[in-house]
Amino acid sequence: MHDGMPTQGCHPVQGGEHVVKGKLLTGNVAAAAGAMLARVDYVPAYPITPQTEIIETIADWVREGKMDSRFVQLESEHSMLTAAGAASLAGARVFTATSSQGMLYTIEMLYNVSGWRAPMLLANVSRGVAAPIVLEPDHNDVLAARDSGFLQFHSETCQEVTDLVLLAYRVAEDRRVMLPAIVNLDGFYLSFTREQVILPEQKKVDGFLPPYEPVTPIRASRPVSRGSSVFEGFLYSYFRYNQHGAALKAKEVFQEAAREFEGLFGRSYGPVEGYMLDDADYVIVMSNSFTALGRQAIKRMRERGVKAGLLKLIMIRPFPTEEIAALLRGRKVVAVFDQNLAPGSGGILYPEIAGALYHVRGRPNAILPVVGALGGKQTSAKELEAVFEEMMAIDREGKTPTPMFLMREEELGRVKKMVSVAEGKS
Amino acid sequence: MATATRFRTLKDMPTVDYISPGNTLCAGCGGILAVRIFHKVLGPNVAWVNAAGCMTVTMSYPLSPLKSNWLYTAFASAPAGAQGVRDALDVLIAKGKIPTTEDMKVVVVTGDGAAYDIGLQSTAGAIDRQLDFYYLCYDNEAYGNTGFQVSSSTPYGSATKTTPATARFPVGNVAKKKDLFEVWRSMKAPYVATLANSHGVDFLRKVEKGMGIRGPKLYIALAACPTGWGFDSRDSVELEKLAVAAGVWPLKESVNGVVRHTIVPRVLTPVREYLKTQDRFSHLFEPEENAGAIAAIQESINGYWIEAGAREGFQVKVPEPTQAKTPSS
Repeated sequence: MHDGMPTQGCHPVQGGEHVVKGKLLTGNVAAAAGAMLARVDYVPAYPITPQTEIIETIADWVREGKMDSRFVQLESEHSMLTAAGAASLAGARVFTATSSQGMLYTIEMLYNVSGWRAPMLLANVSRGVAAPIVLEPDHNDVLAARDSGFLQFHSETCQEVTDLVLLAYRVAEDRRVMLPAIVNLDGFYLSFTREQVILPEQKKVDGFLPPYEPVTPIRASRPVSRGSSVFEGFLYSYFRYNQHGAALKAKEVFQEAAREFEGLFGRSYGPVEGYMLDDADYVIVMSNSFTALGRQAIKRMRERGVKAGLLKLIMIRPFPTEEIAALLRGRKVVAVFDQNLAPGSGGILYPEIAGALYHVRGRPNAILPVVGALGGKQTSAKELEAVFEEMMAIDREGKTPTPMFLMREEELGRVKKMVSVAEGKS
Repeated sequence: MATATRFRTLKDMPTVDYISPGNTLCAGCGGILAVRIFHKVLGPNVAWVNAAGCMTVTMSYPLSPLKSNWLYTAFASAPAGAQGVRDALDVLIAKGKIPTTEDMKVVVVTGDGAAYDIGLQSTAGAIDRQLDFYYLCYDNEAYGNTGFQVSSSTPYGSATKTTPATARFPVGNVAKKKDLFEVWRSMKAPYVATLANSHGVDFLRKVEKGMGIRGPKLYIALAACPTGWGFDSRDSVELEKLAVAAGVWPLKESVNGVVRHTIVPRVLTPVREYLKTQDRFSHLFEPEENAGAIAAIQESINGYWIEAGAREGFQVKVPEPTQAKTPSS
């Protein structure tokens, strides 16, 4: 099913006048390739759709001798993360992957591993969470890890998956940070979609990402206690504040690393990325693969003469407050496209964006909450255009934004039909 | 079964200690005593991997009574933590990133709550993968660190905070103690053994034997618990001795699935003698004796030893269950 990355699957494809320069890789294989390029020592794993192709690919490469790592399949994601964090504390560079229910199942360990300051990497292939059970993506899974202390980097393309894996290791293992990280990619839209990926040259990667040097690893010659208890709030607060400080520091470390990365590989990354922002009055904030749809909608709005723009979040932890404030200052209306839902509250990122803008002079007049694409719901350019039209109406009429929950008439019709089948009426 | 051993009498117990005195555990704790003896045999190069329990609170920043490595993981997944440490050491040694002198014995240490209940799944996984590790369960037959609630290790007849003896529930806990030894054995662990602090030579030899075996080596140590069981802390070791003498705590081992009792109490002490020593069983005697419950406990012990004797070819003289009904004092 998956490609043997180095030999097969690297067929430069000629399509029309475009010559694809990289290899055609799925997002899953792109994640595995990142792990291989990072020369990870250890991959504890547990299968779950749509992530499984990552661990299958790595298992293959390890067994074929293409990857010098130890691969072991655990009996749950909870154990997988425990093994991952413990191995990181013992000095190994560790990579693993999960999705959806797996992420929820291991939440306890996310907090532990982050508290251990074990800089391992977890690829999350986003998938909506049960119930009802669903396979396609939204971000309730990865955002459930929002407060765990894992750094979070979100990718729009398969190229970004590979690149962010390498960048994430650089940041996580930096002595100023020492925190684990998540690289997120959307299930199906990236995980099973082949895109061209230019794989960085191993030699250059080795220069960019030297071997992991643990600070106080578990050693016979110099024993350590890790995960010790603290029984007083002031001491607990001290460690928690430290963790927060390190997470905040990760932004600057990421920016440093990204500059070096650009010099070596020619691709540039920041905590956020703007699209047609220069003169934009109406800006939609998005993340992950659906950003590509946002770009299309903006092109169409621009064709209609509307000054539309997009802000993509790459880094969600630490939260790039200053970058968001700088890029959204002076806009007329901003919409936050949350591909997730906190029932009883709304979108999860909306309050974070609003918080980032509250004290900003010249902040947007209104911030429109939008929830959409739950469970990977197909989202048409029309739906996103409707968001821009709503932003314009808010601006024109000076009204208070009311949350939008995207669903098309035609979809609602299908729902009604299925409900009537379930009720035995047809 | 005679094999070379460096432990012939209690005098052979290593004098070296890897746990400092003055730790935060209760006086008379059978759990920390088991950890201490276990460590003496393993030597200095150990990585302990712990699940939530009484031992967790001994490692309180910035102090540790241990001279070896310690990692607290979570309640359910200490064996997976051992997997990570073991695999990391193996891969780093194989890649030449650390010298072989950094190799260690990786030991999971948990109470019965983790071993019998919440962590059983991760233990099963580690055994399936034939992880080369030790598991030391200090078994005080309830969730001791949270104040003594029932676990699946709690024996029939014990009162706990969540199975209190009342007029409507005069027996306390009515469930039977899970046979973790058999559970682990059935999972094809190459070595499984029970331990008691009162039987030091047997204890030392079993740890020594495990050191010669590759794969999962799992131990269940009786951990007399003064606060949970309700007895004077100075009597801990005596009480464990009584548990063995009454046949409540069989000392045995399984090597590649073959079970052998290492200490056979030829004449079982009536179980009431054991039950009477602890507050957790006091409701079986006061305000009036629950002769039926005590007889049921004795019958279950008798049945165990008659069956074991038949299988291994030894004879044990068991008390009459009814004998338990007559007050001995």
